[in-house]
Amino acid sequence: MNAGPPPVPVRRRRRVPPPLVRLAGWLAAGALLTVLTSTAEGTPTDHLLVLREAFGSTALLWWLAAAGVLWAVLEVWRARDAGPALARQTAGVRAGWQRIAERPLNRRLFLLAAAVAAIVLPRFAGEFYQRVLVDQVAVFVLLAVGLNVVVGWAGLLDLGYVAFFAIGAYTCAFFTRALPVKPPFALNPFVILPIAVAVCLVAGLLLGAPTLRLRGDYLAIVTLGFHEIVQLFLVNKDTWTGGNQGAGGIPHFSIHLDGVHYAWGLDSLPYWYLFIGMLAVVLFLFSRLEHSKVGRAWTAVREDEVAAAATGVPTVRYKLMAFAIGASVSGLSGVLYASRIGYINPASFPVVLSISVLSYVIFGGMGSLIGVVVGAALLTFLPAVFQEQELVRQEDIPIWIGGILVVMMIFRSQGLIPSRRRRRELGLAAQGIADADAMSESPEGRT
Amino acid sequence: MATAADAPHRGEPPAGPLLAVRGVTLRFGGLTSLNRVDLTADRGEILAVIGPNGAGKTSLFNCLTGVYTPQEGTIAFAPPTAERPVHLVGGPARRRRGRKPHVVNRAGIARTFQNIRLFAALSAYENVKVAAETRQRTGPVGAMLRLPHARANERSSDAATSALLDFTGLLAVADETASSLPYGVQRRLEIARALATEPALLLLDEPAAGTNPTEKRELEQLIRRINGDLGVTVLLIEHDMRLVMSVADRVTVLNFGRVIAEGRPAEVQRDPAVVEAYLGTPGPDEGPEEEP
Amino acid sequence: MCLTDHFWQFLVPGVTLGALYALIAIGYTLVYGVLQLINFAHSEVFMTGGFAGLFIAQALTTPGTTPHGAQSVLFTLAGLLGGAAFGAAVAFLLERVAYRPLRRRGAPRLVYLITAIGASLFLFNLAGKLFGRDRTDVPALYANRVVFTLFGAQVRVQQLVIIGTAVVMMVLLDRVVNRTRLGSGIRAVAQDAQTASLMGVNIDRVISQTFVIGGLLGGAAGFLFGTYLNVHYQMGFLPGIKAFAAAVLGGIGNIRGAMIGGLLLGVVESVSQSCMSSQWIDVVAFVVLILVLMFRPTGILGRGLGRAA
Repeated sequence: MNAGPPPVPVRRRRRVPPPLVRLAGWLAAGALLTVLTSTAEGTPTDHLLVLREAFGSTALLWWLAAAGVLWAVLEVWRARDAGPALARQTAGVRAGWQRIAERPLNRRLFLLAAAVAAIVLPRFAGEFYQRVLVDQVAVFVLLAVGLNVVVGWAGLLDLGYVAFFAIGAYTCAFFTRALPVKPPFALNPFVILPIAVAVCLVAGLLLGAPTLRLRGDYLAIVTLGFHEIVQLFLVNKDTWTGGNQGAGGIPHFSIHLDGVHYAWGLDSLPYWYLFIGMLAVVLFLFSRLEHSKVGRAWTAVREDEVAAAATGVPTVRYKLMAFAIGASVSGLSGVLYASRIGYINPASFPVVLSISVLSYVIFGGMGSLIGVVVGAALLTFLPAVFQEQELVRQEDIPIWIGGILVVMMIFRSQGLIPSRRRRRELGLAAQGIADADAMSESPEGRT
Repeated sequence: MATAADAPHRGEPPAGPLLAVRGVTLRFGGLTSLNRVDLTADRGEILAVIGPNGAGKTSLFNCLTGVYTPQEGTIAFAPPTAERPVHLVGGPARRRRGRKPHVVNRAGIARTFQNIRLFAALSAYENVKVAAETRQRTGPVGAMLRLPHARANERSSDAATSALLDFTGLLAVADETASSLPYGVQRRLEIARALATEPALLLLDEPAAGTNPTEKRELEQLIRRINGDLGVTVLLIEHDMRLVMSVADRVTVLNFGRVIAEGRPAEVQRDPAVVEAYLGTPGPDEGPEEEP
Repeated sequence: MCLTDHFWQFLVPGVTLGALYALIAIGYTLVYGVLQLINFAHSEVFMTGGFAGLFIAQALTTPGTTPHGAQSVLFTLAGLLGGAAFGAAVAFLLERVAYRPLRRRGAPRLVYLITAIGASLFLFNLAGKLFGRDRTDVPALYANRVVFTLFGAQVRVQQLVIIGTAVVMMVLLDRVVNRTRLGSGIRAVAQDAQTASLMGVNIDRVISQTFVIGGLLGGAAGFLFGTYLNVHYQMGFLPGIKAFAAAVLGGIGNIRGAMIGGLLLGVVESVSQSCMSSQWIDVVAFVVLILVLMFRPTGILGRGLGRAA
């Protein structure tokens, strides 16, 4: 039940001096970046078009030069052993910073500042950025916070996460009578929120129950398949779902209580407040969950499933719980999204979206609520900015996401702002002491 | 601090031994690891299981805790809280299934591991607290909303955790990360974690392995106190003969998966079959050894 | 019964598809055997083989004509070898660049899986950028005549080529794994990597070789699949999931299991077309996967690259 594949004894035969190997690596990375940043797109008949364009341009020289300079700087850095020296010199400062950051009062102040910024700043943003904040940042931060429960806390890999998002959105469309198959009554989106949460909770339990009894890594492929099934259903069962045309005319949120009437409309700002309000509630509840019995049990299962079971933790039930909680947050965001956009179709929920959300969680730091929020916010806001400035084509964004995932895993698997437990675990796992995921065979799953 | 062993005051305990292993046979492919093993643990005693390497001691523990399901035999456990013995393993040969590890633990059997398995990145306190919480009914909703019962549970597990850390002498290291503790302390922490699940029977798998003489003496004390003060029955696998002889009430000797002797420590030590079993293998008091 | 109505019509396409699934499934199972890792990016190895075969076929043929005779054989072989070579190259690079640093660090399995999924996303979208995002037919390399009829079902050249090639490759692989030094290295690492390294097996090299072998088969399957349907930058996704289901069906880590599982899944999928509309056919593999996981998680032949393969 040890950590992942076996560690390999280091046995190297050196023929080429390592600095030159590293230079080749950097230059290759530079060339790759030239291709990635090129705005050309090939065709099946001219498959060398992009390479011709990219390598024939002056951009190649710039990238190669940048790679070379970076290499030279790093070689000098390495030769002088500057890394450890710098670490020693800044140790005091970092410890001081840590103390300041960990004082509860300072944490509260920081949260307050973040909340004030989230409330005030969007007022001064342009219409485009307000829309990005609502349709991209808010929705995906909420999704990422939900996926964090599955990946970061329970240590499972869910690649069909967005399928639950779709289920939530279609549930919303159904109960607002926007689908071809109609209930006899229409509900307010606010009323649909708990219904969608329940539906996704049940769907998560049904999917997770047979799978989680077994090795955790099968969950990844089963959820991927599940997403595909949901897609097929949405596309093919068009008498129910509207097929590829999707469903339009989903009403906005509105309140009609005791003479208080308010309706959200096309304007972005009210939606922003609604979304961050929901987000705040979810974050508040989840931060309590993390430091409760449930959060500790997840950690125990992640670190040593056999010991956890021997200590009386029902490991499969806790994994299932995480999976279902993640699914229900996804469903919740689905309702918000559907009602905000007003129109959904199967193409709004591609498989790639699940992997994107995963990358937000990873980038920010799995297991760390603040990290995940920051990671998701950055990775949804920045691409929108780049697109607006026409630096990156929208179709190329998945390449960058895939690249970020790989690079983060190789160099900083704990993420941008790691959680303390997670960082410790990954460090210990590297020494072969503990595990850091729930991927091994469940002690309950043997037949 | 309440352990399940306090329960006798609540009612009459079921008659018979606490743990009865009858005719347990465990095979891996063609290899017979346990061969019709009988074992009885009486209430309140300290029973040691000894035997040369590969004799099947750890396999026996794994059968008791639901990690393996033996092909033949029955295991009945009669904790003071239960009215009738719980059959951990039983049923007809075709559809036999062992109880799952966490169910075994809930029934009142806790264990430690030969190669320490703590939750390495959690603090000592959290390690024990995870165990103290497993019997509580707090669910995710209760935890998120901090409902009254969740808060009450939290307080009671905090109290139990502190009491146990105090009992095992670990209060000073409560906030240290488990993996940063010295070996002997980790062993004690593992015992504390096992006790936190309020067992009636505690299984210790070579608790003295890798500890120094001082730690061994402390361990001996601790086992006596667990047995005496908490009233927990202890089943102990150990290679250190001095520890076994001084602490155990009875000894069962396994060799090649069979029980070859049992009785009081002094009798067993003189038993010719036992002497023969240990001949040619490393002497019984040559310190800790690994069992495959 | 709907299953028996058109059984023979669907059997041959099923076996054809199954042979391709089997070739891909072997790649999953080999890597799973030595690394206990679901190599999600294997579907992109398959996709690379498809594109390599497409470009070779485009370069060799002149539009509007179909090669015949020795030319056909030669061109097909060229496409096959090209697909296999590029597939192997991508698999090799993948191991070198993405997985090896993780292995050196002893990263947990979650980290491997995330890397694999990231690499997959990176590769197929890069292919989309480089080669466009439309479906492209591979130019015909031979006349796809009907060779014979089997119980009223027509069997074509193409189906025989695919089945024949797959069978030859699988027999070769079986020989390599069971009879050669390379094969015993792979089996040793699959059984117990630490012991194998103590016995002097160079684990790094064995793992590289495992990826290359899986890549060769996957790339070749990509080419064959391309000639059967078409080539597309996302062509790896569904066959990838299905082949993994096939690997689990046969017993993950078990090479012969992957072969049997692939064939079986292909046939089941194809034959069930007579019972349901073809839109829903992709559901079959998934349902098979769930059923296997629920009732026989060790698959048909059980685990063990070292023992049962």
